[in-house]
Amino acid sequence: MVVPQEVEMTPSITVIDYGLGNIRSVSKALALSGADVRVSAGIEQIESADGIVLPGVGAFGKGMDNLEKADLITIIKSQIEAGKPCLGICLGLQMLFSVSEEHGSSPGMDIIKGKVKLFRNDLKIPHMGWNKVKFQNSPAGESGMFEGIADESYFYFVHSYHVSPEDAALVSSTTDYGGEFASSVVKDNLWAVQFHPEKSGKDGLRIMKNFIAKCGGKNE
Amino acid sequence: MNDPQKRKSSALAKRIIPCLDVKNGRVVKGVNFVDLVDAGDPVQIAAAYARAGADELVYLDITASVEKRPAMLEIVTKTAEQVFIPLTVGGGIRKLSDISDLLKAGADKVSMNTSAVENPSIIRAASREFGAQCIITAIDAKKTAPGKWEVYTYGGRKATGIDVIDWAKKTVELGSGEILLTSMDKDGTQSGFDIELTAAVSKAVSVPVIASGGAGELIHLKDALDKGKADAVLAASIFHFGKFSITETKKYLRENGIPVRI
Repeated sequence: MVVPQEVEMTPSITVIDYGLGNIRSVSKALALSGADVRVSAGIEQIESADGIVLPGVGAFGKGMDNLEKADLITIIKSQIEAGKPCLGICLGLQMLFSVSEEHGSSPGMDIIKGKVKLFRNDLKIPHMGWNKVKFQNSPAGESGMFEGIADESYFYFVHSYHVSPEDAALVSSTTDYGGEFASSVVKDNLWAVQFHPEKSGKDGLRIMKNFIAKCGGKNE
Repeated sequence: MNDPQKRKSSALAKRIIPCLDVKNGRVVKGVNFVDLVDAGDPVQIAAAYARAGADELVYLDITASVEKRPAMLEIVTKTAEQVFIPLTVGGGIRKLSDISDLLKAGADKVSMNTSAVENPSIIRAASREFGAQCIITAIDAKKTAPGKWEVYTYGGRKATGIDVIDWAKKTVELGSGEILLTSMDKDGTQSGFDIELTAAVSKAVSVPVIASGGAGELIHLKDALDKGKADAVLAASIFHFGKFSITETKKYLRENGIPVRI
């Protein structure tokens, strides 16, 4: 396959398909925002892309199982280490972490040190619906993830667990659900969000555009 | 940063959800809240509602003939290409493969009513397979005595003898992630939601409850959300025929202390 990077105007983004979640909405949102989107679990498609997206909704254990079965963990780790822009969404955020409390203790990919914890409050679980995203005054908060978006804008969430990174400086936004939790994190080229940009209307699409810009595309 | 602890507050917004009744691929009676090329095309209407600030959308398939059901899959497929807010599809879902087809086409949640009552194990199986967050149980409730409601199926034609509160609790145990609760007594009356019913179900279950049936004035929505403790309200005609816009609805709710996304 020939991918002439230097003349390519539209960044190619591979949405990693490991059999969980609404991949169609993610890929359509990226395409509408200006990316050349491929949906694949193929190593070649992941390696050749300008950016990768790890989507997902559902159980942590099943997600990790599927990634393992499809032999995707090594390639995802090496691509992120090599500096390729990566966007994790929801379960795709959680699986980047060291360990989840789901079913006692389930190991994650350990790309970001920290835990995935069940909400412990008196509110309804899952945390489902539109909630405010508060930007953090940290290097992570200045990554460009929220370029063009107003602080405390609403995004759509569906989850029962939340991430808790060891290094608080990685947190780019927090959200209040019976207390503040990390609703997005940034670690260099790695962006990850607990909410669903593909279901968050125009602000969600703007995050897709910002990510595409990071992959080499143009932003408005 | 502290972990979420035992605190009851949150900034989560209450959701406003327009519902489109779809028959043979067309929205029944159409809409006139905005100028559309085709006022009966569900995809155009869905896109217009998303632009207007609706928080989610529901397609309820009321197509009678099984042969014409695939039209819904095509509509969902097209909707997912241009509408980027959550989409729920209900009506005629009987098998796990129906659910998987809809989710793959781009729906975020499915809602089951009659099939869940007749075969509760489908809720458990679907919840295990696809996650509780995408499995809604729709309950049609009819009041039988003060503080008592009975579950009806087949679009309100068949009484089941099942108590609504018991059934709501059971569906959550089985793995339902949300309840869409319709008061048959109030549906179509535009005289307000059944607040007592909504509050009773909301109190009985740990998952979000969408109140439906009876929306006529903005205060009805407010009452369902605060007195009825609903997490979301579903309405059709007040939005479809332009009595209230999504924007003015949300403005009213915000002015009256209800957290909404504007």
